[in-house]
Amino acid sequence: MTPRPWLLLLSVFAIATCGLVYELIAGTLASYLLGDSVTQFSTIIGVYLFAMGVGSWLSRFVTGNLIRTFIRVEFLIALLGGCSAALLFVVFGWTISFRIPLYSLVFLIGCFVGLEIPLLLRIMEGRFAFKDLVSNVFSFDYIGALLASLLFPLVLVPHLGLVRSAFLFGLINASVGLLALHLLREELARAGKLWFTGLSVTGVLLLGLLKGDVITGWGELAAFGDPVIYAESTPYQRIVLTRQKDDLRLFLNSNLQFSSRDEYRYHEALVHPGLSRLPQAKTVLILGGGDGLAAREVLRYPRIESITLCDLDPAMTKLFASAPMLTAQNAGALSSPRLHIENADAFTWLGEARGPFDFVIIDFPDPSNFSLGKLYTTTFYQRLLKSMVAGAALVVQSTSPYVARQSFWCVDATLRACGLVTEPYHAMVPSFGEWGFVLASRQSLSGPAVLPPDLRFVTEEVLSQLPKFPPDMSRVETEVNRLNNQALVRYFEDEWAK
Amino acid sequence: MGEVSCMNRRRFLAASAVAPALITGSCTREQTVSGRIIGGGHAMGHRLRTLGTVPKPRHTVKADVVVVGGGVAGLAAARKLQQLGVEKIVVLELEEKAGGTSLSDSNAINAYPWGAHYVPLPGKDCHEVLELFREIGLIKGHDAAGRPIYDEMSLCHDPQERLFIHGEWHEGISPTAGLDAKGQEQFKHFAEEIEKWRAKQVFTLPLDRSLRDPEALELDTITMADWLNQKGFNAEALLWQVDYSCRDDFGGSIHEVSAWAGLHYFASRTGEAANAEHETVLTWEEGNGWLVQQLKTGISDIRAQHLVMRMEAVEGGGVEVDAFDFYHEEMNRFQARAAVCALPRFVAQRIIPGLAPIAGLEYAPWVVANLTLDELPPSPGFHPAWDNVVYRGPSLGYVNANHQTLRSRPIETVITHYEALCQAPPAKLREWMLTQTHAQWSERVLGALAAPHPDLREHVQHVDIWLWGHGMIRPKPGFLWGKDRELMQAHRPPIYFAHTDMSGMALFEEAYTRGVQAAQALKAAL
Repeated sequence: MTPRPWLLLLSVFAIATCGLVYELIAGTLASYLLGDSVTQFSTIIGVYLFAMGVGSWLSRFVTGNLIRTFIRVEFLIALLGGCSAALLFVVFGWTISFRIPLYSLVFLIGCFVGLEIPLLLRIMEGRFAFKDLVSNVFSFDYIGALLASLLFPLVLVPHLGLVRSAFLFGLINASVGLLALHLLREELARAGKLWFTGLSVTGVLLLGLLKGDVITGWGELAAFGDPVIYAESTPYQRIVLTRQKDDLRLFLNSNLQFSSRDEYRYHEALVHPGLSRLPQAKTVLILGGGDGLAAREVLRYPRIESITLCDLDPAMTKLFASAPMLTAQNAGALSSPRLHIENADAFTWLGEARGPFDFVIIDFPDPSNFSLGKLYTTTFYQRLLKSMVAGAALVVQSTSPYVARQSFWCVDATLRACGLVTEPYHAMVPSFGEWGFVLASRQSLSGPAVLPPDLRFVTEEVLSQLPKFPPDMSRVETEVNRLNNQALVRYFEDEWAK
Repeated sequence: MGEVSCMNRRRFLAASAVAPALITGSCTREQTVSGRIIGGGHAMGHRLRTLGTVPKPRHTVKADVVVVGGGVAGLAAARKLQQLGVEKIVVLELEEKAGGTSLSDSNAINAYPWGAHYVPLPGKDCHEVLELFREIGLIKGHDAAGRPIYDEMSLCHDPQERLFIHGEWHEGISPTAGLDAKGQEQFKHFAEEIEKWRAKQVFTLPLDRSLRDPEALELDTITMADWLNQKGFNAEALLWQVDYSCRDDFGGSIHEVSAWAGLHYFASRTGEAANAEHETVLTWEEGNGWLVQQLKTGISDIRAQHLVMRMEAVEGGGVEVDAFDFYHEEMNRFQARAAVCALPRFVAQRIIPGLAPIAGLEYAPWVVANLTLDELPPSPGFHPAWDNVVYRGPSLGYVNANHQTLRSRPIETVITHYEALCQAPPAKLREWMLTQTHAQWSERVLGALAAPHPDLREHVQHVDIWLWGHGMIRPKPGFLWGKDRELMQAHRPPIYFAHTDMSGMALFEEAYTRGVQAAQALKAAL
């Protein structure tokens, strides 16, 4: 009959905090991975509360040594809850029906959390007057929940990330178990096995906390292991920003769009080989590129009078026009008086003649599905040509000629099938690998390149290197990508699946 | 006490910021699907039988030619007459819009078909259709080999077809995934049979340009099922695919359709394109409604909601057509030098006095449903295609209306679900159709798609149903090359006939050619 009841109440407090944190982690993770946060949160909370009810009800069947059961439950919660985020990240990469492991895990954790308080109440029965007991336990339960709901968005997610937060709270649960084991040691015979379990669990969780990155690396969404600093589901895509030290990354539908460490290589290579050789160019059209990074490069040319940026998703352009962290990346390009934003679907927007433009930059996502594939077809380029002046050029980001060689050359073949002269080239972007671009125009571009100052990657010498393809990336014969064959999507699926 | 602690946290959560999520999450969807059965034509058409006394005509309209029936054949005739210099042409149409079984509609999300929705690449014998396609810019030119270059917007975008089999979607429509050796052998053998007929170049479109090959004509005396049986074809997958094809094109099962028609389906399609594979079809968001729109362009006088009750040659030349105008609720008389009757024969023989009744006509009933979805729910296997068919499903599957759109991320969509009712006497089926409610039709459609889309109900916002009691002429054995169809070919100047039931196959190529031919015959005699 050790006193120190305040320690037991502290346990209530810790348990309550942990319980809510697991629930918030599962909800956040589900909305990161599946999108639609309202649905995810409400279903996760529903399942979790229901499971807690089941756990509470099941507690009536617990007989025998309550303390032993309570400590076991603590260790179980510590292990399940602590590993939950890491487990779900890994599982997400390996399963089609992610919801089954997600809800099963949420249910299990909820069940055990539901067991905790009733067991504790029964353990403390007799140590307190009933009215004090109920009052104390519930007060600490409330306060713990409040603390969790404040800690979670303000401290845990930004500083620790989901995976490590889970491990940390698993450790807290394990400590409660170990503390109880220590405090109530007199009421427990043969506690050696419990100590062993508790310490092993603690070890696993500690390892997880320290090596959280490695664990998430096992999952397909390794990159999300970086702390997610922004996530939004728009009607068109899922926008996720992560930051690890000075590396800011943008993901659209889980596909990396840029890493702030080397995006200048990609965007300089996208813009300058074409634009630097069009001395007369005054009007530029950017298709896609809502991050404003290509626009930043275009704005280096004082002669450019107007840029039209056509990006489908207003959430994207709004974000990159307003968030200070992002405007620092694109140098405020989206707020330039020379730039005008059209939030429209490029294919339908080009149904009417626009511009006409002197240079067009096509920075669409890779042709990973049939609706994106339409934006790389002969029909699309033919439409686009109607909005380009006679001497205009266009450049297309064309996936990796190393990983997806046929896809890359298929873009080239498609542009040539539209009667254009092409200049395929490639650049090394460490976070992407070898990346390809195709420059195309009605007549070949003959003028010398006049590059703007202060570029970090493209120089005249680099320009002469870019069009050279080593044998492992050199031209292969491919089909022409048309609406009615979607050859590019088929190549792309094949090649990126390897 | 356990429950108390649970309630305790529940209250905490309910008071916190996530509460709205809890509340919205608990909303349940209504059980009944909104929508209606549309297409008043069948109801109006039936007034032909029930209207006791015929009202006296109020207005008399004079024209050079009256075209009765605004389906593809009627519109083709009117268009051709106009090209041939006929001045005053009036087209009378029963429905609210012209188009016949190529009707289409649209809502805030998509345009979508109510019937015919594609045309295969026309072969060399389809002169009239090829000429039309050049005129309307569908064919933009020809390559060195003389193959037409088609407008790529109108070629079916890839992927064209997928089949739901063994619990997931597979690309293409042949149920050859996981097929045993015997099945594979039969598919191969079947392809050889078809190749043999192709090589003989017997079958073509329009079908009256087919060779009168005695061996082929024999085929019209048996059903497709008989032919398959005689040839020893019994692999279930193969029988299914042939049956599916017959239901899709002729509205009848292999037990109801002539073997000549069944083989024609496989062996007659020889169209080519410079910029597409030969199996590619021409299609549009609104299906053949797009072609209807092209045909209508330039035809100034189309009168909708007109039920024609009598058309008759007048002594001393010319023709008189009495039609009830449902919109103004009055009877009108049209007097013209000649008329085109672009109605199905079963109607024509009721309104043209003295027209020999054809007893052997069989029309397939069709049910078409347009489902407005907040999204096409994901389903295992291959990507959504234009045509999506469920193996051994009761229906013909669905077509995704926004497949042909160029929007890059269409989410909301309309899908068009087709079912040809067969395996029972059509008259009985039509009777049964009229007893079914909107809710019953909706359930039938959701049931037919339940295998690939068990959660479709949650995504359906609206379902409209169109009942085509006499959806298409069915080429039952003996009809294509028998006496009946021969009788139907004869024009009765000044009344000229144009309808697919004169061909025995309800295909765009037949309808259009019939219309053009009627116009040419009429003009020559005018």
